[in-house]
Amino acid sequence: PGDTSVLAGLYGPAEAKVSKELPDRAALEVLLRPKVGLPGVLERSREQLLRQTCEAVVLGVLHPRTAISLVLQVLSDAGSLLSCCLNAACMALLDAGLPLAALFCGVTCALQPDGTILLDPTARQEQEARAILTFAIASSERKVLMATTKGSCSMEEMQQCLAAAQRAADTIFQFYRDSVRRRYSK
Amino acid sequence: RTVEPLEYYRRFLKENCRPDGRELGEFRTTTVNIGKCLCSITTADGSALVKLGNTTVICGVKAELAAPAADSANKGYIVPNVELPSLCAERFRSGPPGEEAQAASQFIADVIENSQMIVKEDLCIANGKLAWVLYCDIICLDYDGNLLDASVFALLAALKNVQLPSVTINEETGLSEVNLKQKNPLVIRKHPVATSFAVFDDTLLIVDPTAEEEDLATGTVTIVTDEEGRLCSVHKPGGSPLTGAKLQDCITRAITRHKEVKKLIDKVIKSITPK
Repeated sequence: PGDTSVLAGLYGPAEAKVSKELPDRAALEVLLRPKVGLPGVLERSREQLLRQTCEAVVLGVLHPRTAISLVLQVLSDAGSLLSCCLNAACMALLDAGLPLAALFCGVTCALQPDGTILLDPTARQEQEARAILTFAIASSERKVLMATTKGSCSMEEMQQCLAAAQRAADTIFQFYRDSVRRRYSK
Repeated sequence: RTVEPLEYYRRFLKENCRPDGRELGEFRTTTVNIGKCLCSITTADGSALVKLGNTTVICGVKAELAAPAADSANKGYIVPNVELPSLCAERFRSGPPGEEAQAASQFIADVIENSQMIVKEDLCIANGKLAWVLYCDIICLDYDGNLLDASVFALLAALKNVQLPSVTINEETGLSEVNLKQKNPLVIRKHPVATSFAVFDDTLLIVDPTAEEEDLATGTVTIVTDEEGRLCSVHKPGGSPLTGAKLQDCITRAITRHKEVKKLIDKVIKSITPK
């Protein structure tokens, strides 16, 4: 959303290397490449978040002993990068036609110093914010699939952000439906 | 237990308890050793050894001098590094740090940053010229689940133990003089404590998972709280979806845990400061 763009490429289910294959489910691998520089510790932790989020929705048991690789390339970063990656990942999974238990979308909330909640912050707003919360919301019953926070906030503030994120998730899911419809109606 | 671990666990969970006899909301016995006398690292400026059940984590903090970065002239550095050597569990191979170690390192760095445990400005000695760099090495000696909780605890304990020698800059020569005789403890503003939960089958939440439980769990949640009940970090890397109410339960439990841990740390520190 906005100026942040992430390109996602999904490969799979494909043959997995013997060292990596799991006997009962598909092995999911996520690679996040930053715009400049080599992937570092920050990318690794983001990859882990994305991987475990995807593992929860992808029905891996249908494709045992295969590997699914998701490669994300950051094209530009103007704030809300993690939720952009989440959305890109989900759309890639949809586009590839992999069996999913639910859809998910990423929403970032910034808590400003005066207490107002801002959805989908730009890089400037992120820096000024007191705390940034990123949630991955699942389409089934709007449950929380993934949550990370940067900066401290109180319990009530977190609940408020969560509620706001869940409302925003509806808009994003509508966007997914429209895009898929557009793609397949041609 | 080896053939059908999940079924074995489910039977216990139905009775609301776990194979090692704990309740669902009970933590393993936590022991902490701080300082040069009790702890192994004599060369470090601060060290702590934490045992959470069988999970053993040791943290050593070394302070060194460096020039601060150009854009933040009055800030020092804290560099956490989590290592999971292959001796701690059979699933970790030797070689470059794996994904879990790197993710843990990033998590610890985020906790330090978010909770404002150590404010970087405190580490500065002379604006633009000299600042402290704290290298925190967290090494897991025995991995039995719940690495993040133990690491955060070890880091906190080690940092409380750190004594920084006072440094003055000699006006004439421009060099720094380190006075090892005069030591000041580090200023720690907040005391974050992490609480980890494992999620089973989208419904059950258990606290302080062992390695076996972590493997069987469908998801994990880690919540870091500080003494004011504020959330420093909520870390839920994927796994089964949770409702907001469940998350709320976790947070309340985390706040209770914080009080227990704080009492423990204070007790230990009081027992090792004879001066």
